[in-house]
Amino acid sequence: MPKRLVSVSSRGTAPASASADAPVGPPPTVLRLFLIFSRIGLTSFGGGLSGWLLREFVQDRHWISEEEFLNGLSLSQALPGINVKNMAIWMGYRLMGWQGAAASVTGIILPPAIVIILIGTLFSVLLHFSLTHVLLAGAAAAATGLSLSMGVTTARRVPRRLLPLGFMVATFVSVGLLRLPLVWVVLGGGALSVLIEYLKLRKP
Amino acid sequence: MRLLLHIAGVFAPLSIVTIGGGQAIIADIQRQVVDVHGWMTHAQFASDFAISRMAPGPGSLLATLIGWQVAGFWGAVVATLSLLAPTSILMFAVAHTWTRYKGARWQLALERGLRPIAAGMILAAGWVLLRTLDGGWAARTIAVASTVLLLNTRVNPLLLLLCGALVLLGANELMHAFGANMF
Repeated sequence: MPKRLVSVSSRGTAPASASADAPVGPPPTVLRLFLIFSRIGLTSFGGGLSGWLLREFVQDRHWISEEEFLNGLSLSQALPGINVKNMAIWMGYRLMGWQGAAASVTGIILPPAIVIILIGTLFSVLLHFSLTHVLLAGAAAAATGLSLSMGVTTARRVPRRLLPLGFMVATFVSVGLLRLPLVWVVLGGGALSVLIEYLKLRKP
Repeated sequence: MRLLLHIAGVFAPLSIVTIGGGQAIIADIQRQVVDVHGWMTHAQFASDFAISRMAPGPGSLLATLIGWQVAGFWGAVVATLSLLAPTSILMFAVAHTWTRYKGARWQLALERGLRPIAAGMILAAGWVLLRTLDGGWAARTIAVASTVLLLNTRVNPLLLLLCGALVLLGANELMHAFGANMF
């Protein structure tokens, strides 16, 4: 069956038959995983990577189900580590075991790591000119917006209850205003917060 | 060699606390790299941060760039691996066992308990960056305007950084015309 037909039929109707959910196009290989994650890593600017991953792996290639994808996503966010790197390991492992996980995480990290060193070296040469300094300060100011807006978005998802809000404010004050070491704030506050949620879940 | 150990000492402990993405640890990276070790100035850190935002890939590759600037090739390798390897191994182990305990109580507790901590950390990172911006009130105005735009529109972040750079350049020229100085 031609590729197009499968993808069109699966989008048009609910996946009633097995063929609609069948993988589209070539099956995953270790090299292919590396190349796909490299491409996503190199073309993603300023976040939004999860959206790309969903499109690539769930909607276009049908390599992984949406439910499995979302499980991995919430897990990547709950566990320590960069979300997208965790997602790469999650999906790589699902598809090709430990080799898939290794290929995926290398793909999403190594090519962009080389690129950032090249850009950084270029800019440190250009920094001798005051014009570059002003331009970079302006870019840094706008980039702060990425951090702040992500903070606001995450804060909005915190339940409007005393305890979660209290933990959020306490973390902000400890890290942002008092400049306490992050490790101890997270180990202390995080452990307490998780413990409280754990105990609350016992009650039906 | 000692320097490489110091680099690992900065990034490896931070690895296990990068909850909610790499954004959360930026305030602490800045504290250690600038205030504790004195490897670079606030301005250098701010421009490295801007580069890490402009460059493709995860923003946490800021660590790679800092490692490179502090100790060259091996600095970059050590910083990157220190930040990524511990949590990669953890994620791998969890991916291996997770489905067996689907919907378990500790899973839900982790998700719910860590969310407010992550939010507080990311807000703190934004606040610290805002405080240490180079370029005075004009830069802070750009930062706030950029936050509002990002929250309310689907603007391309790369385009936004370019606009920020040009707006600050314009403001700087304007100040010069009036005989004042922003930097």
